[in-house]
Amino acid sequence: MSKPALKVREEMLRRIRAHGVETYPHECCGALLGSDGDGSREVIDLLPLANRRDDSPRNRFEVTPDDVRLAEKTARDKKLELIGWYHSHPDAPARPSEYDRDHAWPWYSYIIVSVQKGEPRDTTSWRLHDDRAAYDAEAIESVAHPAAI
Amino acid sequence: MAVKVIIPTPLRPYAGKQESVEVQAATVGEALAALTGKFGELKKHLFSEDGRLRSFVNVYVNDEDIRYLQKDQTAVKAGDTISIVPSIAGGSASCGEN
Repeated sequence: MSKPALKVREEMLRRIRAHGVETYPHECCGALLGSDGDGSREVIDLLPLANRRDDSPRNRFEVTPDDVRLAEKTARDKKLELIGWYHSHPDAPARPSEYDRDHAWPWYSYIIVSVQKGEPRDTTSWRLHDDRAAYDAEAIESVAHPAAI
Repeated sequence: MAVKVIIPTPLRPYAGKQESVEVQAATVGEALAALTGKFGELKKHLFSEDGRLRSFVNVYVNDEDIRYLQKDQTAVKAGDTISIVPSIAGGSASCGEN
């Protein structure tokens, strides 16, 4: 069953893809900051993070508890919420692996960008099912940044 | 001993949407057992099928990681705060590395 679409500001999609290209052939990772409520979730800002899996960065990423706390504090400071995480799959599909599923937390949105030979390709989003057995696909709805008032 | 367990955001839907839960316990292990006894749906997200804490679940007693204390046997006293803090991990299925 699919979740309602995840709204993502165009600039954030561009930055996620750019981060994946920057770190290629290694995986990039970062936090998704935004809002969640009334059945609607929107990614408004990002916090790019260092991939702490320096032993296997081509196919693994890790965000440490200290970095999670940093992401939570950054969200609070910006009056936003920490609503999920993004990472890249170098030369692999933008689809959660078994390893992704085994290590995922529920509730968070997980954006994955496939970076093929240094070029960003598919960008998808996923949420772990309550029973941990599978992911629910989450459509990404690209939204324009509201005009500054 | 009454201790407070801080629930991380992704698990709050399974804990009555509460940010923290108070339980009676003498050790971290007892506190987590009391927590999952009260909120059964939390168990599979905190523990693997062999009953061990999942590797990406980090538990602190007053900001000290229990891995560097006595793990689930770490004693707690009245007024202590147990925090459950996520690590985030994942990756593609490519390569043969773990």
